[in-house]
Amino acid sequence: MTNEELKIKIIEILPTANIEDAAETGGPGWLTINIEPGEWLSFAHKIRSVDTLNFDFLFCLTCIDWKTHLTMVYHLRSTVLHHNIIVKAKLDSKNPEIETVSQIWRTAEFHEREVFEMFGVNFLNHPDLRLLILPDGWEGKNPMLKDFEDPVNMIRL
Amino acid sequence: MFEEVGTTTEGDLIINVGPQHPATHGVLHLVITLNGETIKNVEPHLGYIHRSIEKMCESLSYRQFIYVTSRMDYLSAHINNHACALCVEQGLQVEIPPRAQVIRVLMDELTRIASHELWWGAMAMDLGAFTPFFHAFRERESINDIMEETCGARLTMNYMVPGGVMQDLHPNFQKRVKDFMQLYKRKIHEYDEMVTGNIIFQNRMKNVGVLSAEDAVSYGCTGPTARGSGVSSDIRKLFPYEIYNTLEFDEVLETAGDSFARYKVRLGEMQQSIRIIEQLIDNIPEGDFQTKTKAVLKLPKGEFYTRVETARGELGVYIVSDGGSTPYRIKFRSPGFSNLSVLNHIAKGSKIGDLVAMMGTLDLVIPDIDR
Repeated sequence: MTNEELKIKIIEILPTANIEDAAETGGPGWLTINIEPGEWLSFAHKIRSVDTLNFDFLFCLTCIDWKTHLTMVYHLRSTVLHHNIIVKAKLDSKNPEIETVSQIWRTAEFHEREVFEMFGVNFLNHPDLRLLILPDGWEGKNPMLKDFEDPVNMIRL
Repeated sequence: MFEEVGTTTEGDLIINVGPQHPATHGVLHLVITLNGETIKNVEPHLGYIHRSIEKMCESLSYRQFIYVTSRMDYLSAHINNHACALCVEQGLQVEIPPRAQVIRVLMDELTRIASHELWWGAMAMDLGAFTPFFHAFRERESINDIMEETCGARLTMNYMVPGGVMQDLHPNFQKRVKDFMQLYKRKIHEYDEMVTGNIIFQNRMKNVGVLSAEDAVSYGCTGPTARGSGVSSDIRKLFPYEIYNTLEFDEVLETAGDSFARYKVRLGEMQQSIRIIEQLIDNIPEGDFQTKTKAVLKLPKGEFYTRVETARGELGVYIVSDGGSTPYRIKFRSPGFSNLSVLNHIAKGSKIGDLVAMMGTLDLVIPDIDR
């Protein structure tokens, strides 16, 4: 499906979505859909289950610290129809939380655990939200945040 | 972590495999809950070799950060470098010369053979056959020698740079690759005779760690792990980069989804890599091996994503740029991390002795998982 057709389909599902045009950014040429964190779970259910969209493969899940806020970034593609989209949700940096999608895409379980410990995002209803990479009993700031300072190791040139 | 060692109230036994264990091929720690010999739960503990490469890259320039990525999946260093170079090129919007494209593909496929060689030898050794390891390493050594001559390194190549490759091919390259291919095509049949046809080996692999196509997609499996379950996931075919759309090769697919299927996919891929190398080795175009780029690279403000097919699956590089000379945020979508997440799912209910076969055919490389 082309980006234009995808755009129409997605607006049908979520009229409030703010869709950025891909051609202007010079990146991989995929649609970027900005949503509110509260809308994410129902939106995810729909884009997974609607046959003409069928986004069954969450191939990348990550977070960006913009200092004023955090942004969750989900890269999705359909293994049947071979189209890609990016979904972004802006989170409050004081109390970042968003619904988990590990029930829809199982791969999200590990990726969300990584984002949880590295960025401190709280994934609501996650089945097993514990430290994965950091050692047990880790205290202090989340290491991937921009204002993280390590007293022992050099992390910046 | 230590209080977990012992038995639970239900009488299940909890054992730790790793972080130092010969079968994990690196510092992976698995906490396994056993009922008798049957696995109830496998829980990976990661981070023993976590270097926070993503954080490091935030303070390195677009030329420098590629060197760090050789240390991720050190068995496909070329392909990691390739993914990063492609992503920077996408941002700069530069085309690379045809000679560089061919050199890159040749190096990628040689790397894929070398990586699968190591996997094959090590996996057979895990299952109790020691001889294949020596056979595999003999051939892999020839590839490392060829790499050393052109790139100056045997494992961490750092050969692909934004705009092309770092230096031209060594004059001996073509001849040595051809000699190796001749020898290798004779040897690869020995692998089937030695291991694939062996009935003991087959019994240990068939119906072990069965992964359905649906679960493979849901868990984000890529590469031979997904193709063993019949999921078409070869990035070289689906979203071709460089000159892969002009080459003749097949995507190897199996449908059984068990360890033996994943094994056969990797052996098939070695044959396909030979096909690709033979198409290209006599047709390396003349010309530049690099386009001219600025000394200090600056990506425009925006986001860039590229993906390539490594020996283990889909490697994605996601760069967020704020217009400066270093990436604002970089994310490596490593194939090993997602492939590992399926281990608990396929291991549940099987015997502890089969766990090594499952881990072997997932082809886990720990620095790739931890990053």
